[in-house]
Amino acid sequence: MTEALHAEWTKLRTAPGTVWLLLGVVAATVAVSVMATAAVACPAGGCALDPAKVSLTGIQLGQAVVAIVAVLAIGGEYGTGMIRVTLTAVPRRTHVLAAKAAVVTALVVPAATLAVLACLLAGRLILPGHGVTAGHGYPPLSLGDGPVLRAAAGSVLYLALIALLSFGIAAAVRDSAAAIGIVLGVCYVLPILTQVVADPHWRRHLQQIGPVSAGLAIQATTELPSLPISPWAGLGVLAAWAAAALLTGGLLLRLRDA
Amino acid sequence: MTSGTVTRDRTAAGAGRDGFARVLRAEWTKFRTVRGWAVGTLVAVAAIVGLGLLPGLQGSCGKQGPASTCTLPVGPGGQEVSDSFFFVHQPLAGDGSITVRMTSLTGLLPAGSAGPRGPAGSPGPAGPAGPGTGEEMRAGLAPWTKAGLIVKASTQLGSAYAAVMVTGSHGVRMQDDYVHDTAGPPGTVTPAAPRWLRLTRAGDTLTGAASADGTHWTTIGSAHLAGLPSTVQAGLFTASPQYVEAIGAAGASTGPSQATAAFDHLDRQGTWPANAWTGEKIGGADNAGPLERGGFDQSGGGFTVTGSGDIAPAVSGAAGLGTTITQTLAGTFAGLLLVVVVATMFITAEYRRGLIRTTLAASPRRGRVLAAKALVLGAVTALAGLAAAAVVVTFGQRILRGNGVYVHPATALTEVRLIAGTAALLAVAAVLALAIGAALRRSTVAVTAVIVVIVLPYLLSISVLPAGAARWLLRITPAAGFAVQQSAASYPQVSNLYTPADGYFPLAPWTGFAVLCAWTALALAVAAFLLRRRDA
Repeated sequence: MTEALHAEWTKLRTAPGTVWLLLGVVAATVAVSVMATAAVACPAGGCALDPAKVSLTGIQLGQAVVAIVAVLAIGGEYGTGMIRVTLTAVPRRTHVLAAKAAVVTALVVPAATLAVLACLLAGRLILPGHGVTAGHGYPPLSLGDGPVLRAAAGSVLYLALIALLSFGIAAAVRDSAAAIGIVLGVCYVLPILTQVVADPHWRRHLQQIGPVSAGLAIQATTELPSLPISPWAGLGVLAAWAAAALLTGGLLLRLRDA
Repeated sequence: MTSGTVTRDRTAAGAGRDGFARVLRAEWTKFRTVRGWAVGTLVAVAAIVGLGLLPGLQGSCGKQGPASTCTLPVGPGGQEVSDSFFFVHQPLAGDGSITVRMTSLTGLLPAGSAGPRGPAGSPGPAGPAGPGTGEEMRAGLAPWTKAGLIVKASTQLGSAYAAVMVTGSHGVRMQDDYVHDTAGPPGTVTPAAPRWLRLTRAGDTLTGAASADGTHWTTIGSAHLAGLPSTVQAGLFTASPQYVEAIGAAGASTGPSQATAAFDHLDRQGTWPANAWTGEKIGGADNAGPLERGGFDQSGGGFTVTGSGDIAPAVSGAAGLGTTITQTLAGTFAGLLLVVVVATMFITAEYRRGLIRTTLAASPRRGRVLAAKALVLGAVTALAGLAAAAVVVTFGQRILRGNGVYVHPATALTEVRLIAGTAALLAVAAVLALAIGAALRRSTVAVTAVIVVIVLPYLLSISVLPAGAARWLLRITPAAGFAVQQSAASYPQVSNLYTPADGYFPLAPWTGFAVLCAWTALALAVAAFLLRRRDA
């Protein structure tokens, strides 16, 4: 297992683009968050918004880059035929999958942490200039505040779980383009369909079981009772989806010829 | 070397259109014979059709017997309108005029979520409770609360009218036939600063005027109401529309509002009856509560008229009723995703397999290869999109109506534009994906890039972003192209949350589509440049 981990670490570390993609996670997340916070306009009479959630808007874009990292970690091997060499070297396929998943997570978590901290810092610096002040009932964002800390730590976990979900899907479909298509469908199209198609009753149910709509509940710090699902339960739903994807990917990897 | 040059010259001369046709045929053969791509395109069609016909939305229209059928009155212009207000009227025969002084305009709004909120989600300070309505109300005027003088062809819903009025926060206005709106002097009404209004009928022409003192009059505008009967209903009215307030980025709270206007110095010219004034609620739901029913009181020389409702074009969404046929095209997002994946692979698969070197050896003019690929993709996607959109636009609205959802009818021209526009949207998005795929040569990154620029802006604008930022995003990103699916019109004189989720886009349909086309043209130019300059 250690050798497998070491091999996967070397492969992913030296693959062209990994470093750039991880920098891309941070840059994309922070850029969208800065734009979203700068677009906030809280009039003198006060306004209703969730400062932590707005500051973490960039996660919506960052997750796409995280998905690319995760999909390429295994999809790239199928694209080049490298997977056969990998499985010859480490015949225990679950070890390969576990090692890859561990390495992807180990790479995504630091990048996600950096991105989330930068987003919160941006929110703390930018939001007061747009009327989101203590006078309107919004103290500056601080990790000392319980819900904000939960939103921040939860967002890091969210990105890690998105990486594992993407990785599991890529292991199951074995084609990078198809895998990223499915992941982006889950991340972007499903929430749109949930918002647009369903009637309120069904919408709430779909938001409770949708991996992204439930997972992002972890970012909420206001209006908690009106959420379709509570923050940690929502992250649990995403974790269940990620586990299901990994399990499917692992089973198919065991059963199929590479 | 010399002979080589001659050979190449002959090839180039003999190529012409014939050569391009061959490249086109080669690309069509490639597309046709890769099973995954054909299946992907068919699944895209199935996704659009399936999600469009999914009985996801339920309504109550027509579900509780014939009485529950949802119909909206139709105005003189043929469009659907809201026609609901409290009317204190008398018949006016022939020409004449009516003048009145308005001394106050006050109202009640749903307490909703007004006021600042604490991070813990504590509700805002609630206002005084409404008069026996059971709902929390607070004092205030909706921006488009209306009270003043009106001349209406009859008390029938949707009949022609002209009115001069004081509004909640848009000053004095003259409006006629639901869609026309002319601004008069600004400011609202207080007992200290009353407002005089006058409405004059001469034939088919109605002229509205306003004054601050009853002697110096300003004409606001005149309306020409063709076919106005000789005897019309004229008098005082009050209406206060559905009050809409955005909650965060995606939510909204709505509720009925009510207004009360006080008038005096009523003066009539022309042929009026001597009997008393009739007060009645025009339009609105039969089971309306006391808040929406309104009423009037005549004492001394003055009138107090209380009413709710609106006289305006009908809208869909938060402040209106039902939905639009744009709703049936929700599956476009799923279809788009599949189309984008197929379109990207159409070029990146060649790079992965090394086929691109064969392709370019067979057809050395690289720009042509890109053009042929774009044409094949565009044509196939457009046909698929056309078929899918035609099915959902035609049958989707029937299913929605069958489920009891009120769907605003659209003209045949609008339906054709939605169908053709959806096909064009998918085709251009496919070409954009092809261009980005050709430029990046990596399918994963290319697919993500395309989805991020087309779908993510839309998602952010309906979920997290504040309205201002959302509108900007849908103006400048390729997501602006979804405007081509818009079927509802927005009106400045109707307060509503004109959100993309309800089918309202900041750009006009074809303007938004042009933004997508401009991005695609740019991406194609970059791709052609890189394809020529780089080794394959």
